Amino acid sequence: MNELAIKDLLYKLADDQLILGHRNSEWTGFGPILEEDIAFSSMAQDKIGHSLAFYTLLQELGEADPDTVAFTRNANQFHNSQLVELPNGEYDFSLIRHFLYDNAEIIRFEMLSQSSYEPIAKVATKLKGEVKYHVLHANTWIKNLGSSTEEAILRLQSSLNEALPYALGMFEKSKYEQELVDTGVYAGEEAVKAEWLKRISAVIEKTDLKLPDLATIEPKFGGRYGEHTEHLQPLLDEMAEVFKIDPTAEW
Amino acid sequence: MYGGGNVFEATKFDDVQVEDPVKLEEFEARIARGEKIEPTDWMPELYRKQLIRMIEQHAHSEIIGALPEGTWITRAPGFRRKMAQMAKVQDEVGHAQLLYSAAETLGKSREQMLTDLINGKSKYSNVFNYPAFTWADSNIISWLIDAGAIVNQMANAKGSYGPYSRALERICAEEAFHLKYGHDAVVHMATGTPKQREMIQAALNRWWPPIMTFFGPSDKMSTHTETLMRWKVKMASNDECRQQFLDMYVPKIWELGLTVPDPKLKKNMETGQWEYTEPDWDEFKRVINGDGPCNAERLAVRRTAEERGAWVRRALLNPKAKYVKPLA
Repeated sequence: MNELAIKDLLYKLADDQLILGHRNSEWTGFGPILEEDIAFSSMAQDKIGHSLAFYTLLQELGEADPDTVAFTRNANQFHNSQLVELPNGEYDFSLIRHFLYDNAEIIRFEMLSQSSYEPIAKVATKLKGEVKYHVLHANTWIKNLGSSTEEAILRLQSSLNEALPYALGMFEKSKYEQELVDTGVYAGEEAVKAEWLKRISAVIEKTDLKLPDLATIEPKFGGRYGEHTEHLQPLLDEMAEVFKIDPTAEW
Repeated sequence: MYGGGNVFEATKFDDVQVEDPVKLEEFEARIARGEKIEPTDWMPELYRKQLIRMIEQHAHSEIIGALPEGTWITRAPGFRRKMAQMAKVQDEVGHAQLLYSAAETLGKSREQMLTDLINGKSKYSNVFNYPAFTWADSNIISWLIDAGAIVNQMANAKGSYGPYSRALERICAEEAFHLKYGHDAVVHMATGTPKQREMIQAALNRWWPPIMTFFGPSDKMSTHTETLMRWKVKMASNDECRQQFLDMYVPKIWELGLTVPDPKLKKNMETGQWEYTEPDWDEFKRVINGDGPCNAERLAVRRTAEERGAWVRRALLNPKAKYVKPLA
């Protein structure tokens, strides 16, 4: 198996989880109700834990240790989709992003749990049970708020329209895409996207929201190749603020 | 974290209403027997009022206390600290949820309590009106403020009101982990690089005066606690808690080679009591009444969060909303 292809996949998975986990954690103390504050914090802990699991696999493949990898790279060395690095905005945006992201992530985890690459299969099998709850949380809230007040529906619709180009950017293909598919690592991004569309449509249909025609939307690609919005570097600077005081120190 | 009943102002005893003497006697007898009072049981109005105030202010302390430490979640150095800091602060918000529920059993809604917080009508633990300048400040809070809270809450967990006492038992179990986490983080700093040692000493210097006021004014200055003690609303005096805290933690601070910024601090071996420089109670009063370094900022953050989240709460209350019950 091509190790570079595996590493590329692992970086993508780990960086997505780390950056979204970080964003989720920013809700601590600011949620619209305490229960949501707590829920976003729970998901943040899961996601950052997932990223650590993938960075640990990378370390086993010869990359630097997880702390060094997570806390010392620059934005252009990150492989996350641009969707996850966008600021939290209002709760409607964070919720929509969470819904669009986790419905894709669960599919990737489900596929990877069957992967021909055993270390990933093991980790994905263990973690997908947690992502299941993230999806349940997102779908519950979308169904609930998406059919409530006019104000809530308008907010969610506008956030959905805003987030979709970035959400489509999640499915940007790796340069090793064909190889990953051919060697049975997972079915690839096209397959993830097709299943994702089915699942999010099924939820949105139960609400007063409308899913725009995806064919008319230009995906925001680039994240998987280190091209990011202006929001990622400040996030990373903040994350490494203490760590960089002395990277050799034990904190 | 974070608070405990002792730090809060007591209800004015002029408010005492004339209660049915037979019921009052029965109520006091139950408490004397060590029974818990439950939400639907008869209770004196003053008991209800004082408990609402105490529990509510404790709950506020949890969510306001999440702010200075929350700032450091996104800056925590390394995975181990980042995960622990998130879990710790999440626990605190969870405590607020538990406590607001306990207070609601006495007849005041969470929304009303939060409104009173934002309007400045109800208080929260005064220490959170001080800033957490560095990562080290956050470590000192996790260790010593949580330690203080445990001293307070362990005492209050033996109190007479069932829902509060049960909530405190659960809270104390989690706080025990926070204490270990905070201590571990401080140990790493205190035994780390010269820069880390300098950071943690500076943070201790900044936090010591607020820590000394954490348990509230000296007993000499508090009045009207006798009835509250008899009703097992207040379980230990402010000075008792302060002494217990000093007894437990000053040796641990010294063990780490850190200096407590109070030249007068020492244990009097004859009396068994700690002697210390009397905290600046004028400053304490000034800060608790709104004029501290962070009062305005803390409330502004809370107000913004409430305003930004208002549409969600309105949507949840909307009768059109179809509640979707999770199936797993």
